[in-house]
Amino acid sequence: MTAVSSDAEELARKRYLESTPRRRFVRFWREFIRRRPLGAFGLLLMIVMIFSAIFADRIAPYDPTALSFKDLLLPPSADHLMGTDNFGRDVFSRLVYGSRTALLLGFTSSIVGCTFGLALGIIGAYVGGLTDQLIQRLMDVLISFPLIVIAIAVVAALGTGEDKIGNVIAAITVPIIPRVARVVRSSALSVVQMPYIEAARSVGSGAVRIMFRHVAPNVFAPYLIMMTAFLGQAILLEASLSFLGLGVFEPTPSWGLMLRGAGMQFLERAPWLAIAPGVAISLAVFGFNLFGDSLRDALDPRLRTA
Amino acid sequence: MRRYVVGRLLLMIPTLVGVAVITFVVMRLVPGDIVALRYAGSNVPQDIIDKERALLGLDKPMVEQFLSWMGSLAHLDFGQSLWTGNSIMDEVWVRLPLTLELAVIASALAVVIAIPLGIVAAVKQDSWIDYAIRIFSVGGLAMPSFWIGIMLVLGTLTFFGWAPPLVYTSFFDDPVANLSQLVLPAISVGYRYSAVSMRMTRSTLLDVLREDYVRTARAKGLRDTIVVVRHALRNALLPVITVVSLEFAFLIGGLVVTEQVFNLNGIGKLLVDAVAHRDYPLIQALVLLLSAVFVLVNFAVDMLYVVLDPRIRYS
Repeated sequence: MTAVSSDAEELARKRYLESTPRRRFVRFWREFIRRRPLGAFGLLLMIVMIFSAIFADRIAPYDPTALSFKDLLLPPSADHLMGTDNFGRDVFSRLVYGSRTALLLGFTSSIVGCTFGLALGIIGAYVGGLTDQLIQRLMDVLISFPLIVIAIAVVAALGTGEDKIGNVIAAITVPIIPRVARVVRSSALSVVQMPYIEAARSVGSGAVRIMFRHVAPNVFAPYLIMMTAFLGQAILLEASLSFLGLGVFEPTPSWGLMLRGAGMQFLERAPWLAIAPGVAISLAVFGFNLFGDSLRDALDPRLRTA
Repeated sequence: MRRYVVGRLLLMIPTLVGVAVITFVVMRLVPGDIVALRYAGSNVPQDIIDKERALLGLDKPMVEQFLSWMGSLAHLDFGQSLWTGNSIMDEVWVRLPLTLELAVIASALAVVIAIPLGIVAAVKQDSWIDYAIRIFSVGGLAMPSFWIGIMLVLGTLTFFGWAPPLVYTSFFDDPVANLSQLVLPAISVGYRYSAVSMRMTRSTLLDVLREDYVRTARAKGLRDTIVVVRHALRNALLPVITVVSLEFAFLIGGLVVTEQVFNLNGIGKLLVDAVAHRDYPLIQALVLLLSAVFVLVNFAVDMLYVVLDPRIRYS
C-alpha cells in the first residue's frame, strides 16, 4: 500500500517539477474539455462568436448596411440565408456584424465593471475600517437598484444617440460593479489574513503594492468567474436596452435593435426577422453561461451562488 | 422578534435614503441641465429658460434641491411630469394595477411551475425527465424575456390565428378579457423566474435528500412522497426563497421590457416613455419607486424566513 502511494506521490512530484506554466495551462484546458463537456460546448459557442466578430467582413456575404429596395422582406433562401429585412438588408450579414456590437459592449462593460469591482473589493478588504464601511454601504445601495432600472437611469442621464456607445457601456458597467465588489471582498478578506501578506508588509512593501501584487492575484479566480458570468448578462442587458431604443442606434447592427421595429412590425409576414436575432442572443448568452458555470466548478467549487 | 422587525425596518431607511441620493445625483449628471437640454436647439429666450429653472427649483443649491425633493417625497408628492404636466403620483396610480397584476401572475406562475418541476428533477436525478427539466431551465436563463414574448405572439398567431387584445380591460370588468391579455406577458416574464427557482429547488433538494434524517424517515417506512414533501422540501425551501427575492429585480426588469412588447400601458412603459421624452422628474420618481419596491420585497422575504423556519430566531 505504502509503496503504491509513495510511487504516486513521486510521480506527481516529478510531474510538477517538470511542468512549466505553459504545460500546466495546456493540462488545465485538456482536463476541462474532457471532464466538462457542457463547458466545452459553451467554449465552442464563444469561440464561434468571437471568430464571427473578428472575421465579420469575410464571413458576411453582404454589406450589413446596404439597402436594396428590390429585395424587401425576402424569405430565407440560398442567396439570403436568413432572408432580408424591410430595407432589403441581408439578415445573416447583420447577425454576423451584430456579434461585433454584442461582444464589444459585452466585453468592455464586463471587464471594466469587474475591474472596478475588483479594486473596490480589495481596497475594502485590505484597508478596512471606515473606508471599508463606506464602500460597503455604497455597494449595498447600488445593489438595491434593479439591474435594468439603473442602466436606464444612467442612459437617460448621459444621453442616447448614434455616436454614444460609450454611454451604453457605462450603463451596463454600473450595475456590475457592486455585485463583483461584494464577492471579491469576501474572498480577499481571507487572503489579507495570510502570513505572506504580513511578510510583504514587514519587508516594507507599500499598501498599493501589496494590494495589487499580492492580494489581487489570489482573488483572480472569482474575478475571472464573475467576468464570464457577467459577459452573458451584459449581452442580455445590451439587447434589452437596444430593444427599448435606449442602447445602440441604427445603422449599427445590433441583435436587440433588430428585434425592435421591423421584427415586431412584420411579425406575421416575415417571422425570420424576429426569430434569427433572438436565437443569436440566446445562443451567445447560453454559451457564456455554460462556460462560466463550468469554469467556476473547475476553478473554485466553493463559489456556488455568486 | 418585534425588536428585530423594527430594527430591520429602521435599517432600511439609510438604504432608501442612499437610493434617493444616487438617483438624485445620477439625474444631475445630465450635461447642462434638464431645462437647457429640453430647449436645446430651439430659440427660446433666456428669460423663459430662467423662469422655468426657477419654477423647477433648479436655480437653488444642490443640497437645498435635494432636501426639498426629500421633503415632498415624505408626503408622497413626486412632483409633476414635464411631459404631460400631470401629477406623477396620478400617472403612476393609473398604471399600477396593470403592472402589479402582471407581476403577481408572473411570480405565481413561476413558483407553481418551478417547485414541482424542481422536486421531480431532484427525485429523478439523471433521468431523462431531469435532463429535460434542466434544459428547460437553462433556456430560461439565456433567452431574453422580450424575445420569448415575441415568439409567444408569433406562435399563437400562426397556430391559432389569435393575438392578445390591445386594449386593457380591468379584471373586475371582464376577467376573461383581462387574463387573455396578460397571460402571454406573464409567461414571458415568469419563464426566467421559474427557471432560476427550479434550478435552486433541484440543487438544494439534492443536498437535503442526502441528509441523515431523510434516511431515517425512509427507514421508518414512510412513503416517498411524505419523505420528500414533509421532511426534505421544508428544509430545502429557504435557499429557494432567497433566490426568489434576489430574482425579483429581474422580474422588474422583465416587466419594463415586456410591457413594451405587448404594448401594455404599465409602469415599465411609463419609464421607457419618460426617457424618450426626457421627462427627468418622472424618470427620477420611477427609478426611486422601482428600487424601493425591490428593497421592500427583500425585507418581506427576510421576515418570511422567520415564519417558515422556526429555528431562525433573530435577536
